[in-house]
Amino acid sequence: MSDRFELRGLVWPTLMLLVMAGCGGGDGGGGGDAGGGAAMEDPVDAATAGNIAGSIVFEGDAPSMAVIDMSQESVCADKHSSTPMIQEVVVNSNGTLANVFVYVKEGLESLQFPTPGPVLLDQNGCVYLPHVLGVMVGQDITIRNSDGLLHNINASPTVNRGFNSSQPVSMESTRSFGSAEIMVPLRCDVHGWMTAYVGVVDHPKHSVSNGSGAFSLSTLPPGEYVIEAWHERYGTQTQNVTVTTGETTEVTFTFSAS
Amino acid sequence: MMAARPMALAVLFAAAALAAGDLSAQDGDDLGEVTYVRWCAGCHGVDGTGNGPGAEYMLPRPRDFTLALYQIRTTANGALPTDDDILAIIDRGMPGTTMPGWENLLSDDEKEALVEYLKSFSRFFTPDEVPQPLDFGGATRVNADVLAEGEAQYQALECWRCHGNEGRGDGESSPTLTDDVLDFPIRAADLTENWLFNGGGEVEDIHRRMLTGLDGTPMPTQADLITAGIIDEDQLWALAHYVRSLSPDDPPGITEVVRGVLFEDAPLPSSVNDEAWLDVERAYLPLVGQIIVSPRWFDPRVDGVWVQAAHDGESVAVRVSWSDPNNSPDPEWADWKSSIISLMQPKEGDPQDEGPTPDQLMVQFPMQMPEGMEMPFFLRGDDSRSVYLWQWQSDRDGALEGEARGFGTEAFQSEGENLTVDASHADGEWQVMFTRRLVTDDEADLDFVTGEAIPMALFAWDGDNGESGTRGAVSSWYFLFLEEATPTTVYVYPALAMLLTFLLGILVVRSAQKREREGGEVVSETAI
Repeated sequence: MSDRFELRGLVWPTLMLLVMAGCGGGDGGGGGDAGGGAAMEDPVDAATAGNIAGSIVFEGDAPSMAVIDMSQESVCADKHSSTPMIQEVVVNSNGTLANVFVYVKEGLESLQFPTPGPVLLDQNGCVYLPHVLGVMVGQDITIRNSDGLLHNINASPTVNRGFNSSQPVSMESTRSFGSAEIMVPLRCDVHGWMTAYVGVVDHPKHSVSNGSGAFSLSTLPPGEYVIEAWHERYGTQTQNVTVTTGETTEVTFTFSAS
Repeated sequence: MMAARPMALAVLFAAAALAAGDLSAQDGDDLGEVTYVRWCAGCHGVDGTGNGPGAEYMLPRPRDFTLALYQIRTTANGALPTDDDILAIIDRGMPGTTMPGWENLLSDDEKEALVEYLKSFSRFFTPDEVPQPLDFGGATRVNADVLAEGEAQYQALECWRCHGNEGRGDGESSPTLTDDVLDFPIRAADLTENWLFNGGGEVEDIHRRMLTGLDGTPMPTQADLITAGIIDEDQLWALAHYVRSLSPDDPPGITEVVRGVLFEDAPLPSSVNDEAWLDVERAYLPLVGQIIVSPRWFDPRVDGVWVQAAHDGESVAVRVSWSDPNNSPDPEWADWKSSIISLMQPKEGDPQDEGPTPDQLMVQFPMQMPEGMEMPFFLRGDDSRSVYLWQWQSDRDGALEGEARGFGTEAFQSEGENLTVDASHADGEWQVMFTRRLVTDDEADLDFVTGEAIPMALFAWDGDNGESGTRGAVSSWYFLFLEEATPTTVYVYPALAMLLTFLLGILVVRSAQKREREGGEVVSETAI
């Protein structure tokens, strides 16, 4: 087991080219294209697979989030068409909850998946895009500074080793995590409001609820699974879900204002 | 070097050791464990989590060894430290914190065993993974061009965001910085005090930390900038040279006496920013938290002041300069202040935030010149020996003169006409200049004499660091020595001595030459 992140710097574009040249099935979890290792193939037989799809329902009054004061950072402030708010609780207009990390907690232990290509974590407008990100163990995260002013990316995991890198100009860095961890907090110390979370799991079957509260975990072998949903403020919930061939099992998690 | 710091540390460690007294080692066979329990557990806790009985008096808190997060390393950002890295911290301590150096206090065997024991607290250390130090290369030469390049990089890499324009830790992000583990307030380093840098103050030390980052703190690695080709190795060295240049060439030495320079022909400095101050020598006086009178204070912002003094036979001017990131009270620092108060004051039974508090400075002299060693108690005097005070604060014009016979007995004159003050705050530094006539017609004032060592002590408060009253930084007694006009004999006697030496020398040479002529072969090269 390696807990070390690796700094690959300029090597990553090369890697990405290799990855893009490979073949693989897509996954809704934000993991990008599957592929990677030359020898490893997707262990799931698409002909017998099923899917999980669902949404995150929010009950109660949405807590009001603080406004981010970007008045001293006009470059960032100008990028926002509406008032930027803290992203801790984002309740969608249809009453669902965004930024919930959903992943297969149990049921995939016997399968080995190829490592998907890099995913992007952008710093744009002095916020992290996305606010919640899922990756597979060993999968590269391309950390981009699109603002051209100083951000530091400070990851404070407890299972993995952390990192804290300076990005004073528009640039990219690459990091990965060697062990599964729910969740790794990231922050920028220069801009105290900038936080993000990375869910690191042993496989690519993960998803983050979107602006309509939806998530999907596709192409799973038929069988019994434990699905977990994690939210930054409201914690975790699990459900037992059965996947059958050719079908999409609907799952709903409900988080309540506390 | 810092005379007062060991005293404060001794008190802390006495407290921690007392509290840890019942934690006797269970297994006498493990030297590392025995050493740890005896010397380290008082602060770092028996379980290594940094929660020893002394921990609550310290900010930053003691290291939690279970996380294996070490700020000072030779290994990559996020990587584990080498054994030598841990050993170096044990030897040198962390000068900007309460962690002392143990180099001469523990034997090599004890330290070696301790390193192994510290590693055993964390699951991250495994026998099959040996941390490897980075290759840092050698320091480049430094010259004016290199320093200019370094300053340009300081701007371009936006170091000023936290460390401030002149490096005093007063950047715009500095009020909101917290550590990674506990989320407690953490200061951006004051880059003008390299003798307090954790991990060493020389250019190689600074360069190393720029590459490794300070894990567990907001200080990131700059290594990605080199990997991505944004700066090259020489530019990083230039930045390190520039940061080194923000501190004096040599750390301030031990000074007991502040020399009050006599301005015989030139006028005294008329303002705090008067260029005449540039030519007046300055003395660095270390300050420590006030931990004798309750409520005590273990987190002083001001760790030392630079003092300059001048007089012209009529008046004395004293300029005190110190790093303080802001002019309190400042709303930007309100959250910092309440965090510090909630962390540090409950132990002293007074967790109240008393509302906006200013920065303050107090200069103290004995009301009567002491005879022999009989000085007033250094904390505002005592029943039998009172002290004379100058008091300045950032939210009020002017300065006050006062008298005290112990903490809390300060009585300030309503009319401070004899004392004037000029203060300015810029780029994380306060400069405060007091001016007073040497002799006043006010009976309640101290008359300053020249040619004698006048005891002097200083107190400083950073209001937005939660400091007021007994919660502040104090010095012990130092001395102010106002030069006397130089008597002419000072010039005459050396001239006479030189002449006499010259004549005697000629005499000796002459007699030697005479002996040589008479005695024939003499070892000639011994002649003058």
